[in-house]
Amino acid sequence: MKNDIFSINLQKHNYLNMQEEIFQDKINAEKKIEPKDWMPDGYRSHLIRQISQHAHSEIIGMQPEGNWITRAPSLRAKMILLAKVQDEAGHGLYLYSACETLGVTRDELNKQLHEGKAKYSSIFNYPTLSWADMGAIGWLVDGAAIVNQVSLQKTSYGPYSRGMIKICKEESFHQRQGYEIMAHMANGTKEQKEMAQDALNRFWWPSIMMFGPQDSDSPRTGNAMKWKIKRKTNDELRQNFIDKTVAQAELIGLKIPDPDLKWNEERGSYDFGEIDWEEFWNVVNGNGPCNEQRLEHHKKAHTEGEWVREAAKAYAKKQTHNE
Amino acid sequence: MQDLEKYILRIADSSLILSHRLSEWCSKGPSLEEDIALSNISLDLLGQANSLLEYCGKINGTKTADDLAFKRGEREFFNFQICEQENGHFGDTIARQFLFDSFTLLFFKKLSESKDEILSAIALKSIKEINYHLRHSSNWVLRLGDGTATSKEKIQNSFNKIWKYTGEFFEMDQLDLKMLDLKIGVNNNQLKKEWDIIVNDTLKKAKLNRPEDGFMMTGSKNGIHTELLGKILSEMQYIPRAYPDAKW
Repeated sequence: MKNDIFSINLQKHNYLNMQEEIFQDKINAEKKIEPKDWMPDGYRSHLIRQISQHAHSEIIGMQPEGNWITRAPSLRAKMILLAKVQDEAGHGLYLYSACETLGVTRDELNKQLHEGKAKYSSIFNYPTLSWADMGAIGWLVDGAAIVNQVSLQKTSYGPYSRGMIKICKEESFHQRQGYEIMAHMANGTKEQKEMAQDALNRFWWPSIMMFGPQDSDSPRTGNAMKWKIKRKTNDELRQNFIDKTVAQAELIGLKIPDPDLKWNEERGSYDFGEIDWEEFWNVVNGNGPCNEQRLEHHKKAHTEGEWVREAAKAYAKKQTHNE
Repeated sequence: MQDLEKYILRIADSSLILSHRLSEWCSKGPSLEEDIALSNISLDLLGQANSLLEYCGKINGTKTADDLAFKRGEREFFNFQICEQENGHFGDTIARQFLFDSFTLLFFKKLSESKDEILSAIALKSIKEINYHLRHSSNWVLRLGDGTATSKEKIQNSFNKIWKYTGEFFEMDQLDLKMLDLKIGVNNNQLKKEWDIIVNDTLKKAKLNRPEDGFMMTGSKNGIHTELLGKILSEMQYIPRAYPDAKW
C-alpha cells in the first residue's frame, strides 16, 4: 500500500515536472500562454496579483483626475479629461476581464481591494491640488505607466499581452495630452508657470517610485523574469523613464526637482538622486495623503450602487423567467 | 443679444449643465460599465453644447464658445431647471435623464428641419446620440421600476420629485414664437403629445405610476433658476474667473 502511494506520488511528481518543462519551453520559445493551458500555480497567482493590481490602479486612478473634471478650464480641456478618465475605466474593464480568465471573479478582486489585500499604484494616493496636476499626471504618471506597459506588451500571458497592446495606444495619447497641458502652462502667465513647476515638483519623485523597489529589494522579480511575465527589471524601467523625460522637461523650460540629476557619458544615462524609500513604503503601507480617502470613495460607490445592481439582476431574472 | 443667439443658448445651456451633472458621476457609478456609460452621455452632451456655443459665438462675433460657457453669470444661463437638479441616487439621475432624453429626441428631430442649416446639422448629429441615451435611460427605468421592491420605490419617488421640472420643456414665449415663425425654431408645445406617449408607455412597462401634471416650475427662459445653478457655475467657472488673463 505504502509503495502504491509512493509510486502515485512519484508519477504525479514526474507529470508535474513534465508539464512545467513544456510550459517553460513554450515561454522560452516566446509562445503565449493561454487561459486553458497548463501553468504553474505560482505563475497563475503572480499574474492575478499583478493584473488585478494594475486593474485597481486604473480604477482608483480615476479619482484624482475625476477631481478636476467639473473644474476643467475650457470646453476642450473638459472633453479631453472626461474622455481620458473614461479610457481608464475601460482599461480597468479589459484588465479585470484578463484576470477573470485566470479563474477569479471581478467581485472577488473587488473584495480583495476593499479588504486591503490587493494593492494599487501608490501614485494615486497623492492629492491633485491644481489644474497643472492634470498635466503632470498625464505626462509623468501615464508616461511612467507606458514605459512599463510597452514592455508588458510582450508579456507571456496572452490575454494580458493583448490587453496591454490596446491600452498602450490610448496611454500614449494620455501622455501627450498631459504634456500639452504642461507645455501650455509653462509658456503661459507667471501663475501658470508656477503651477506647472509646482506640479512637477510634487509628482516627480512619486512618479519614479512607480516602478517599485530597487531590484535588490524586489523579491518577486526572479520568477517573473524567468516566466517572462516581466520583461525588464524595476531599475531598468525607471532609468528608461528618467532618460526619456528629462529632455521633455527641458524643452518646456521646467526643472526636474533633483539636484543630483546629471548626464553620465559613460553609461549613456542620467545619474539621479537617492529615492526616499521611507516615503515609498509609508504610502504603500497605507500612510499616504489620500490612501483612506481613495479606498473609502471606492467602497462608498460600491455600497451605494448595490441596490442598483440587485435591481438589474432581479429584472434580468424576471425576463428569463418570462421567456 | 440677438434673438437667434438667445434661442441657441437655451439649447446649448441645457446640454452643458446636464453634461456637468453627469460628469459628477465619474468614479461613483454603481458599476464600472455604468460609470463608462454616464461619462459617455456626458461627453456627447458636452460635444453638443460645444457645437452650439461655437455657433453662438460666430453669430455674436466677439465671444468664443469658452467665453460663453465660463464667463456668463447665473442670470444669463437659460438651461431648463431640470438639468441643474442634483444627481441624487442613481434612480434620481435616471429619472431626470429619461425625461430629458425623451424630450430632446423629439425636439432635435423637429430642429433638424430648421431653415437654419447649422442648427439643422447639429440637430441631425445629435439625434443619433440621443437615440442611444434614450435607450440607455429607458432600459434603466424598466430595470429599476420592475427590479426589486426597493428599486421600484426609489425610482417612483425620483419621478414624483422631478416631475415639476418637466413643464418647462413645452413652454413657448415670444422668442420661441418668433423663431417658429421664421421656420428656425420648434413648436415645443406640440411635442407634448408625443412625449406623453413615450413616457407613459415606458412607465407602464416599468410598472410605475405617472405623476400628475400639477404645479410646474418655470423661469429658465428668463434666466431664473433654482439655487443649484449658481453652485454649478462657481465650480465650473472657477479657473477662468480666477485667472482671467490665462489661456488653457
